[in-house]
Amino acid sequence: MKPAPFAYARPADLAAATTLLAQGDGAAMAISGGQSLLVLMSLRLTAIETLVDLSRLPDLKRVEETATEVFLGAATTHAMVEDGRVPDPSRGLMAQVAAKIAYRAVRNLGTLGGSVALADPSADWPACLMALNAQAVIVGPDGARREAVEAFVRGPYETSLAAGEVIAGFAIPRLGPGARWGVAKVARKSGAFADSLAIVVEPGEGAPARVALAGTSSHAQLLPHVAAYLGGAPEIDPAALRAAVRADLTQVDPDADPYRLRCHGATVLKAVMEARAS
Amino acid sequence: MMSITLMLNGEETVQSVEPRAILADLLREGCGLTGTHLGCEHGACGACTVALDGMAVRACVVLAVMCDGRTVETIEGTRGDPVMDVIRRHFHEHHALQCGFCTPGMLMMARDIIARHPCPDEALIRAQLSGQVCRCTGYMGIVAAIRAAAAELHPEAAARPTLTRNA
Repeated sequence: MKPAPFAYARPADLAAATTLLAQGDGAAMAISGGQSLLVLMSLRLTAIETLVDLSRLPDLKRVEETATEVFLGAATTHAMVEDGRVPDPSRGLMAQVAAKIAYRAVRNLGTLGGSVALADPSADWPACLMALNAQAVIVGPDGARREAVEAFVRGPYETSLAAGEVIAGFAIPRLGPGARWGVAKVARKSGAFADSLAIVVEPGEGAPARVALAGTSSHAQLLPHVAAYLGGAPEIDPAALRAAVRADLTQVDPDADPYRLRCHGATVLKAVMEARAS
Repeated sequence: MMSITLMLNGEETVQSVEPRAILADLLREGCGLTGTHLGCEHGACGACTVALDGMAVRACVVLAVMCDGRTVETIEGTRGDPVMDVIRRHFHEHHALQCGFCTPGMLMMARDIIARHPCPDEALIRAQLSGQVCRCTGYMGIVAAIRAAAAELHPEAAARPTLTRNA
């Protein structure tokens, strides 16, 4: 199993990278950690004419902190988050999520930007970042723009990235001391892709809850019914919560089989209970 | 073809590679280092685990061109590494291999686990090893070998009461 032949470019800066990607007109693909992309290429599931290596661009390794948010460059690896080598806006949630992604040898190379740009339906970061109300910062030939992660991810392996655009990083609001979170994942074995992944964030201080679900047949999405239920429920009634989950699933995963529906119900309930117990 | 320079097992080497060449193929076919085994070739089995700039990575999901200028260590490069010598001895004593196909990857990962977790308990070792597939042993011997090696390498950590920890 080897990738089909392609041309390789290692641009010196972000401007050169966006130019190359724009010229490629869809047949050029950015690579950073390559931990998903190289598998897809070896399995010949994706055809690429030019691979543009972003892994050494200093612009994508930028990390910044303000009083209200943390900016993590797109090249931040899962292992850096797992080990606490970058600032944490999430009071431990991101490290918890990172530690459960694939295996350590994959986490050492795989990046936040790559995970969100690929938008695999079972990937962890799109769900986690939308639950945290993060914004993707995108750089392209026409300058920079920002988009909420839940709007940026549009479908399975589909995002709003135009030809030539690159994710520079994510602006993630800091959770306050009153915030609560929970995360639950069902996978056939540890490190395997999730059959269901639910992440619940209750920021506190009057801000509405955000609940994200991955492992659907489409892409990671927010669950508005569950979030609204949590807003009005000081105590959790499992039956009422399940009804809210079912209401969301008719939109978020309408084709789910009974097994998948049970997985989603279980992960949302477990994540909510973990948040409320914290 | 592209020319790349690697610091490979302590020696600088210049290699000519196709952009599509994966690191594992360069190591085995270009450099003759066949200790790195290729099992699944898509990141699932862990047999090809090597160290890239000191980090455990899978050589089948790394392009050789992306390693230009970086440091690569394979199982052959661990000869004489005092830590790996201890781990290797415990693999022998605890019957941690049968056919040996997964063993180079297991050893590279074992050293990485012990470096990050001086006193790993069984649950932690099993979780950390979940990306390394062994079809012979049922993992019992491998887990025992890593525990024993960690205890010998870090007696001060082994003497401390074990805290509950997340894998």
